[in-house]
Amino acid sequence: MGKWTRRGFITAGIVGGAALVVGVAIRPGNQNSKLGPYVTGDGESLINAWVKIDADNVVTAIVPHSEMGQGAQTALTQMLADELDADWDSVTFLEAPAEDGYANYPMAKGYVLGDMKIPDILMGSVDGIFQQVSNAMHLQITGGSASIRATGVYGMRVAGAAARSMLLDTASERLQVPVSALKTEKSHVVNSQDGARISYADLAVEAGQRSAPTSPKLKTPDEFNIMGKSVPRRDIPSKVDGTAMFGIDAEFEGMLYATIAAAPVFGSQVASFDASKAESMPGVTSVVDLGNAIAVVANGYWIAKKALAQVKIVWSETENDDQTSESLFAQFSRDIDAAELKHDVELGDAGATIANASRVIEREYRVPYLAHACMEPMNATAHVQQGTASILIGTQDPLRCKHAVAEALKIEPTNVNVTNHYMGGGFGRRSLTDVAIQAARLSQAVSAPVKLIWSREEDIQHDFYRPAVLSKFRAGFDENNQLVGWENRYVDKHEPVEAPHIPYQINHQLIGSVDSPTHVPFGAWRSVDHSQHGFFTESFVDELAHEAKQDPYLFRRNLLKGNDRLLKVLDLAAEKSNWGQALGKGRGRGIALLQSFGSIVAEVVEVRVEAGQVTVEKVIVVVDAGFAVSPDGLTAQMESGIIYGLTAAMYGEVEIAEGRVTQANFDSYPMVRMKDAPLIETHIINSLEAWGGAGEPGTPGIAPALTAAIFSATGTRVRKLPISQYDLDLSIEETEHMTPS
Amino acid sequence: MIRLNINDSKQQVDVSPDTPLLWVLREQLGLTGTKFGCGISQCGACTVHVDGVPTRSCVLPVSAVAGRDVTTIEGVGTQDKLHPLQEAWIAGQVPQCGYCQSGQIMSAVALLESNPNPTDSDIDKAMSGNICRCGMYGRIRAAIKTVAVDLKPAAGVQMFDPKTEVTHG
Repeated sequence: MGKWTRRGFITAGIVGGAALVVGVAIRPGNQNSKLGPYVTGDGESLINAWVKIDADNVVTAIVPHSEMGQGAQTALTQMLADELDADWDSVTFLEAPAEDGYANYPMAKGYVLGDMKIPDILMGSVDGIFQQVSNAMHLQITGGSASIRATGVYGMRVAGAAARSMLLDTASERLQVPVSALKTEKSHVVNSQDGARISYADLAVEAGQRSAPTSPKLKTPDEFNIMGKSVPRRDIPSKVDGTAMFGIDAEFEGMLYATIAAAPVFGSQVASFDASKAESMPGVTSVVDLGNAIAVVANGYWIAKKALAQVKIVWSETENDDQTSESLFAQFSRDIDAAELKHDVELGDAGATIANASRVIEREYRVPYLAHACMEPMNATAHVQQGTASILIGTQDPLRCKHAVAEALKIEPTNVNVTNHYMGGGFGRRSLTDVAIQAARLSQAVSAPVKLIWSREEDIQHDFYRPAVLSKFRAGFDENNQLVGWENRYVDKHEPVEAPHIPYQINHQLIGSVDSPTHVPFGAWRSVDHSQHGFFTESFVDELAHEAKQDPYLFRRNLLKGNDRLLKVLDLAAEKSNWGQALGKGRGRGIALLQSFGSIVAEVVEVRVEAGQVTVEKVIVVVDAGFAVSPDGLTAQMESGIIYGLTAAMYGEVEIAEGRVTQANFDSYPMVRMKDAPLIETHIINSLEAWGGAGEPGTPGIAPALTAAIFSATGTRVRKLPISQYDLDLSIEETEHMTPS
Repeated sequence: MIRLNINDSKQQVDVSPDTPLLWVLREQLGLTGTKFGCGISQCGACTVHVDGVPTRSCVLPVSAVAGRDVTTIEGVGTQDKLHPLQEAWIAGQVPQCGYCQSGQIMSAVALLESNPNPTDSDIDKAMSGNICRCGMYGRIRAAIKTVAVDLKPAAGVQMFDPKTEVTHG
C-alpha cells in the first residue's frame, strides 16, 4: 500500500489534476518506485513525476503524450516551464514511459465528458469514476485534442506551479526570509533584497522532501512568459535531415521482416492455404497463419512481399460476403425509420411543432467510410522471448499497447516493454493495438525479433474506419419565417457525445440516434463524430438559411443571440473573408461554425468551379481555443485539420463491395496535393475562456463550408460526400429524399 | 554483388537485383531517412536523387542504379551543415509528423537546382508528387520561396517568423 498511500497523500492535495491521478509524486529517497529508474539519472532529483530538475539545473518535463506532429510535447513543456519560471533554454522533455502510473485520467475525463460542466459538489465522485475508468482502460492515450486542455491545464501547469512553490519555500527557510521577499526567474530563486540567486538545482533535493502545496497558485495570463509564445517545436530539426526515429525505423539486432495479408472480408478467417511456393523462395523464413491473416517472415520486406503474393489463401465465407456500401446505407435508412430513437437532445416538442409548421424542410445527408491513411504505413517491431516482449512502435497509446500485447501473449504486463517512437501520422489510427499484437505473435512464432510492415494496400483495406453515417433532418418554419423546430435522426452514436448538438436557439429540438451495426470495423478518425455531424448540421443550417431567403451568416447570427463567444468567432470570420462582397461567376463562398473539443472554429471557404472542376482558393479560419499556448502551433493545427478534412470532403471514400474494401492505395484513395491546397489564413482569438483543443477542431468545418461555397457558385447542393462524385457542370438540385438503391 | 554510389560513398550489396532501391537503402545500408509510403510511386516519401534527378526509390530496382550517383536525405545536409532548404523548413516550422519530409525536401532540392526561382505553378508541378497527410503544403511552398528569394536577395519577401506572427496565411 506504500505507493497508494503516497498517492493518497497527493490526492489529498498536491496537484489537483493529472499528477495526483498518475500517482507519481516521487521523492528523493523513494527510488524504489518503478517509475524512478525511468526518469532519474545520476545527480538528479525528482520533484514529482511531471518535472525533474537535475544537477546542471536542466528542467525536464515528463510528458505523458506522444508526438505525431501536433506539437503537444513542446506545448505541454511550455505550460510546465512557464509556471515553474524555468529558463526555456535549459528546459527539455521526456516522453513518459508506458507505465500504469501514467494512466491518463484527465484524458479519460476530458474526452468522455467533453465540455460538460460538472457541478463542484459532484466533482469528487466524477473524479473517482474517471480514475477507475482510466485505470481499467489502461489509457495513456494521445487523442481527443486533450493534451493541452486536460493534461496541460490540470497536470503540467499545476505541477510546474507546485514545484515552484516548493522551491520558494525551501529557499525561504534556507535564507530565513519570507517568501514574499523572493521571486523566481530563469530557473533561479532570487532574493529581492540583495539580488542573491540560488539555482533550482541547488534547492531541488530539499524541496523534494517537503510536502507539496495543496493548491499552488497559477499564473494569470498577463504573467505568462513562455505560454502564448510560438517557440520552435523541439522535434522539428530531426525531421528535416532524416534522423528522426519513427516506429518503422526501429531495429532489433538480427531482426527479420514480415508483411501480412488479412482476410479481405472483415470477420473472415483462413480456411486453408498453400505456402509451398513461398516457403521455397530464398530468404523466406516462415509463413505464419494468424487465424484471420497470413504473414510471411523473411530476411527483408521485399522478399516477404513477393513471397506473400505466392501464398494461395482460401478465406472462409461469411454472412457479409454480399455487403456493399449501398446495402449498408439501405440498412441505415431502414433502421432510422423503424428503430426506436435514443434521444440525445429533447427540447420542447419538435414533432408537434414541425407537424404544425407553416413550412417543413426535409433533407438527408450521408458520408462514407474513411481510412486514416497515415503517411507511415502500419508497423511494429517485436522481440518475444522467455515470457517477455519488447515492442518498438509509434503509438498514440503505449500503455494500452503494453496491456494488449500482454493479454494476447498471456504474459504479465510487467513483462512487456513498449518503446515509443515518432509516429508518421496518427489521426486516431495509432491508438489501436492490432499491429503490435500481430508483430508479437510473429516474433513468438519464429523465435526471433520481427519487424512487421503492412503494405499501403493492407493499411487502406484493414483500417478501423471513420464510420459511414446517414442522417435524416426535418425542420419547421412558422408563419413568420422563424425556425421553430429541428429534428435529426442518425445512425450509430459514438464520441464525443455532443457532436450532433447545435448551438442555435431553436425552441423545439429532437436529436437522436438508432443503432445500426455493420461488419466494418470503426475507430476514432480525426475529430471523431464531429467530422460527420459537423457536415450534416452545418449543411442543413445553410440550406435552411437559403430556404428562409436569408444570408447564411446572418441567419446563424440571429440564432446565436447572447452567445457572445460564438458570435465573436463567426463575426471575425465574416469580416476577414469580406463576407457579402460579390465574387463573380463560377465562384462562391461558404461559411460554417463548429464547436468541438472545447474550441470554437469558424471557416469561410472561397471556391471556383470551372468546367466542373472545383478549386478551393482560400480558407479563412478563426479559432477561439480559450488561449493559444503556441499561436504558431495552433495555426499549424488549423492548417493541418483543414487539409485533412478537405481530402475527405473532396475525394475520401472507402467503398464496400462483396463485403470488402474496394480502395487500395493512393491511386484509388486520392489525397489533396500541393496543386489542390488552398491558401489558409488563420486568425486566433484568445478569449481566455476554458482552454480547448487544437488537433481536431479545424477538421469538421471544412466540408460544410466548402459544399456551401459550391452551392453558392453552382446551385448544386452536395449532400453526399465526397464531392468528386458530383458532376458540377450541371447545376442540378439533388432530390431531397435520397433513396438508397 | 551490386556496386552502388550512395551519398559519394561506394557500397556493395548482395541482394536480389529486382529489390527496390528503397529497401536496400533502409535494410542493407541503414539509411532510414528515406521512407516507405505506398510502394507504387504515388506519394513521394521515398524520393531520392539518381544522377541529380528526383526519383521514387520504391519502384526502382537496385540493379538500375548500379554505377550511378544516388543522393538520399542523409546526403543533403546534417545538423552541423544544413542545406538552406532544411534551414527554411525549420524556420517555417514546416514538418508536423515529419514522415513525408525527407521526400518533400528531396523534391524541393531538385526543383531549386534546376529552377532557382520557381513560380507557384512550377512549385505545384515539382511538388505535387509528394503527399503530406498533415497538410503542410502552404508551409512547404513558403519555405521553398524563402530559399528561392534568399538566392536572389533583391526580392523583398519576408521570412516567416513563427515567434512574432499570430495571424498569417
